[in-house]
Amino acid sequence: MNIIKLFSYLKPYLLITVLGPLFMLLEVAVDLSQPWFMQRIIDIGITQNNLDFVLRNGILMLLLSFVGLTGGFMSVYFSTRASLNFATDLRRDLFVKVQSFSYANLDRLSTGPLITRLTDDINRIQGITIMILRMLFRAPFLLIGSIIMAAITAPELAPILIVILPILVIILYVIIKKNYPLFYQVQLCLDKLNTVIQENLAGVRVVKAFVRSDYETKKFTAANDRYMETTVYASRMVALSMPLLMLTINLGIVAVLWLGGVKLQAGGIQIGQIVAFINYLMQVMTSLMFVGMLILHISRAEASGKRVNEILGEKPEITDDPTAVSDLVIKGEVSFRNVNFSYNGSADNPVLKDISFVAKPGETIGILGATGSGKSSLINLIPRLYEADSGEILIDGRDIRSINHKVLLEQIGLVAQNTFLFSGSVKDNILYGNPQAEEDEITWAAQTAQADRFIRHLPVGYDSELKQRGVNLSGGQKQRISIARALVRKPAILILDDSTSAVDAKAEAQIQKAIKKKMNNTTCFIVAQKITSVLEADKIIVLDNGSIAAIGRHEELLTTSDIYREIYDSQLGEEEISYA
Amino acid sequence: MPDNNKNIKSETKSAAPPFPGRPGGGHRGAHIMGPLVKPRNREDTIKRLGGYLVKEKTGLIAVFFLVTVATLLRLCGPYLLGLAVDKYLIPRDIGGLKNIIFLLIAIYVLSSAFTWLQNYVMIGIAQKAIKRIRDELFVKLQTLPLRFFDREPRGVLMSRFTNDIENISNTLSQSIIQIISSLLSITGIIAIMLFINWQLALITMLTVPLVILTTRRLAFHTRKAYSKRQKELGSLNGFIEETITGQKVIKAYNRESEVIAKFNQGNEALKKSSVRAETLSGSMGPIMHMINRLGFAIVVCVGGLMTVKGLATVGVITTFVTYSRQFAQPLQQIAALYNSIQAALAGAERVFEVMDEESEDEESKKTAPLKRVGGNVEFENVNFGYLEDVPVLKNINLQAKAGQTIALVGPTGSGKTTIINLLTRFYDINSGTIRIDGKDIRSINRDNLRQRLGIVLQDTYLFSGTIKENIRYGRLDAGNEEIIQAAKTANADQFIRRLPQGYETLLTEEGNNLSQGQRQLLAISRAVLSDPDILILDEATSSVDTRTEILIQKAMLSIMKGRTTFVIAHRLRTIRNADLILVIHQGEIIERGHHQELLAQKGFYYELYTSQFKKAN
Repeated sequence: MNIIKLFSYLKPYLLITVLGPLFMLLEVAVDLSQPWFMQRIIDIGITQNNLDFVLRNGILMLLLSFVGLTGGFMSVYFSTRASLNFATDLRRDLFVKVQSFSYANLDRLSTGPLITRLTDDINRIQGITIMILRMLFRAPFLLIGSIIMAAITAPELAPILIVILPILVIILYVIIKKNYPLFYQVQLCLDKLNTVIQENLAGVRVVKAFVRSDYETKKFTAANDRYMETTVYASRMVALSMPLLMLTINLGIVAVLWLGGVKLQAGGIQIGQIVAFINYLMQVMTSLMFVGMLILHISRAEASGKRVNEILGEKPEITDDPTAVSDLVIKGEVSFRNVNFSYNGSADNPVLKDISFVAKPGETIGILGATGSGKSSLINLIPRLYEADSGEILIDGRDIRSINHKVLLEQIGLVAQNTFLFSGSVKDNILYGNPQAEEDEITWAAQTAQADRFIRHLPVGYDSELKQRGVNLSGGQKQRISIARALVRKPAILILDDSTSAVDAKAEAQIQKAIKKKMNNTTCFIVAQKITSVLEADKIIVLDNGSIAAIGRHEELLTTSDIYREIYDSQLGEEEISYA
Repeated sequence: MPDNNKNIKSETKSAAPPFPGRPGGGHRGAHIMGPLVKPRNREDTIKRLGGYLVKEKTGLIAVFFLVTVATLLRLCGPYLLGLAVDKYLIPRDIGGLKNIIFLLIAIYVLSSAFTWLQNYVMIGIAQKAIKRIRDELFVKLQTLPLRFFDREPRGVLMSRFTNDIENISNTLSQSIIQIISSLLSITGIIAIMLFINWQLALITMLTVPLVILTTRRLAFHTRKAYSKRQKELGSLNGFIEETITGQKVIKAYNRESEVIAKFNQGNEALKKSSVRAETLSGSMGPIMHMINRLGFAIVVCVGGLMTVKGLATVGVITTFVTYSRQFAQPLQQIAALYNSIQAALAGAERVFEVMDEESEDEESKKTAPLKRVGGNVEFENVNFGYLEDVPVLKNINLQAKAGQTIALVGPTGSGKTTIINLLTRFYDINSGTIRIDGKDIRSINRDNLRQRLGIVLQDTYLFSGTIKENIRYGRLDAGNEEIIQAAKTANADQFIRRLPQGYETLLTEEGNNLSQGQRQLLAISRAVLSDPDILILDEATSSVDTRTEILIQKAMLSIMKGRTTFVIAHRLRTIRNADLILVIHQGEIIERGHHQELLAQKGFYYELYTSQFKKAN
């Protein structure tokens, strides 16, 4: 069971974990003693008209009650602490684990599910642990204790237990067995319903543009109907369990009355014993209901436990070699030697094939190619965000696998295709690239990224808060901030992955010019769609279907590469294909 | 325990399209996982919620009846048990015992049957009501203007459907039965106890004030502690969500240890407040067990003394022992219900708040339907701002004749997309007029207007489903042939056929298994299929590689024939032949004319154009 596997996290808190149930045992013992006292008061005190005996035993019951209360409190105290320590540690480890993941891990697990696991699943597990530590012990203690006490108080009536108990177990078993797939169905229907909602929220513009609200409503209503029907069916099945358990126990009580009556007549039993036995049976009923509830909850948490374990078991794809150098100052030479790469390590689906090139410090390398030709994959290999399948990637002549990964990353500025800004101010976001940056360095980076002007036009300039990760900025503005974020680290290697797609041509040219001027020692990789973005590069790599189709300067490529000329003609040549 | 933090995942991909020049807009609904917020307008909310239930009048009456019968039957049990002890067991009257046993069996069977029936009926009613609320909320969402979606984060809206409605659902299906049966049980038990032996009854009821006092005090503190915990949980979850969403950036920028430190802070704070909240709420258990034991001890001890003195009987003790146990239960239940009812009402209030939002106005529904439009589009003195005091477009005038191609050019944030947003009536203008074929678009039914427009949006949105279904979205009654034809026109057919399942290939959520370019080709196919009169291309080819773009452009050329087309493009080369180029800068049209004219002006356009081309020439 997955959830039980996680309980190894309780180990550091073994003492309080054990103390909780122990104190619970105390409380349960007091609870169990009560019908026994009653039996004695009835059978000895009342039958013999012994006022003193009744009073003495009554007071003893009251005093014991307080002992039970103490036990209960202590149990809550310890079990709460144990389970919260457990959940906190688990949440921490899960988070730390995710932080150790490389891009390949993140791709495989994907963002949405990861978030659910760290929030939803963990919270569910926390809730369940609290409940388990509090009730898991109480209910079975009470259940078994009641049965034993019943048998001790009135052994003559014990055969009834032998009949009832198996029936109860069977009922519980059947209900759980039947309900589990039902609730799985409910969950499936709910997922479908939520998908429709989610898509309508995310695609609201498309829905409106195509006037599809009736269509979407129909889709939603159908999913909603289905969800309601399964829920109703499943809930009604569950609602059956309580009355059935109640009935079985109640019929047991009737049996006790009858058998008790017969034995009473024969003189083998006393009235107090019968009454106490009935009381114990009622205890059995209450604790059974708890046990049923618990099993239901645990089986729900089981899925969460499984998902959490999956993450904890995931191995980070990229780990540091213990001998890796960690005091390297990168000059900026990058060379690829026969590099092959695929996303799942399968040779049948190669993304990059036999890539070799050299970029000298300070050079600008343009990378062109159709979508899916492997441009982003190539540049993601430089900071070792993915691991190449074979071949070597060298920086300053050193295999990147022999460089401490943090040290490597620190000296590379990567601007990814999809801009992601964090909540906080514009300044915070630029500082993200280099927390030690001074005020003038921030301005310098923003100016170079052509972002300074518009930032100053924001209501409070650099201190303006980004709403919801920047919805109050245009795509081009966000891209420019993320470029500034990379520049502020003054990297030895700068990688711009199609990161000016939403910036207009004029600003793009200015950004490139400024980078060239202010950072002429930085090796710069520019992935682009537009040929104009890379015209002035020292080298242009033309990728075609994962292989280098051509490499060289613009002028050279015009004469040597057909693919390059084709791209050039399509974008800047005389042959015109244009609207109107 | 309130589990208010599902579906944070919904906000994961909050890629709301950028709105040039729109500084934010206030976000009100920040309570994604808000703690037990007290409903502000309790009575109205209850009334309105009741309205959904009242629609099931017969069912409700049936539930009321069933609950009453079930509760009364359940109360009979202990009384008859006591009777059996006194009348038949102690006098050892086996014949009489037989009768009462048959009566008990009948009562027990019936009480179980009625308990199930009450739940059976109630589950149906509650779920139907919930379904209706969910339906209404969804239908409402469909009518809300884009302004609303700009303002409310997607995660918040999602939690209306999940958390809030779930809270309502839990309460509706549980609380009605519990309230009725608890109240009935309490009065019934008091009445029967008083009837059997009023002295012992009064002494037994000594525990009542104890129960009420402790639950109230404890509930008060628990609630406060929980709301603190929820707040901390909310902020930690928010942090987790942002971190994981930006995980690749964190990795690339080496910020893991910092993020972990920040996380630990939140995690520890959460632990601290959780310990307090959970310890407090957990104490309720032992206290209630204590009160139960106290009741038991009092009945047995005092009842025993009274029996010795001849004031009570063993049967009375038997009955009272059971009642005293059942007595505290309803009281506890009501206390527990209070919390969940509060949560449900707060949830209902937030749901109703959305339902009360102003829809896109429907006044023009009566207007004659627009069949085909010629495509003359006219903007006259149009002013607009997403926020009232922040103008985005200033005094826009433009005229597009049927069949013309109008290109919108300008730096990011200048207001190009906004013009398109106004033409589609995603937003309504503040002043001025927009006309199509001479008709003010505000007098045209919104849906009708959009049906005549074909829009390829800046960011492509695809639905989960097959490729075929996604293209069919453009026109629902399109046959397979037409779909393939549309894909061919948009040059998407080729890549689709190369996919393992061709047109039946399932797209994952938001089409993540396709490349950006492929997704755009699908979006274009979708627009092609819809066969619009006016075509709007908003940077539709920005993420497609140039060779694909050529294919798209060729496709576009053929469908643009005879249609008025608005193009927003960053690549100026593609619009050199446009009939009219509008240069937009800071919300104003600063230059307009033909490509050659604009170049000759040596103004803003000239500068933009040459910056793109001078390096090549």
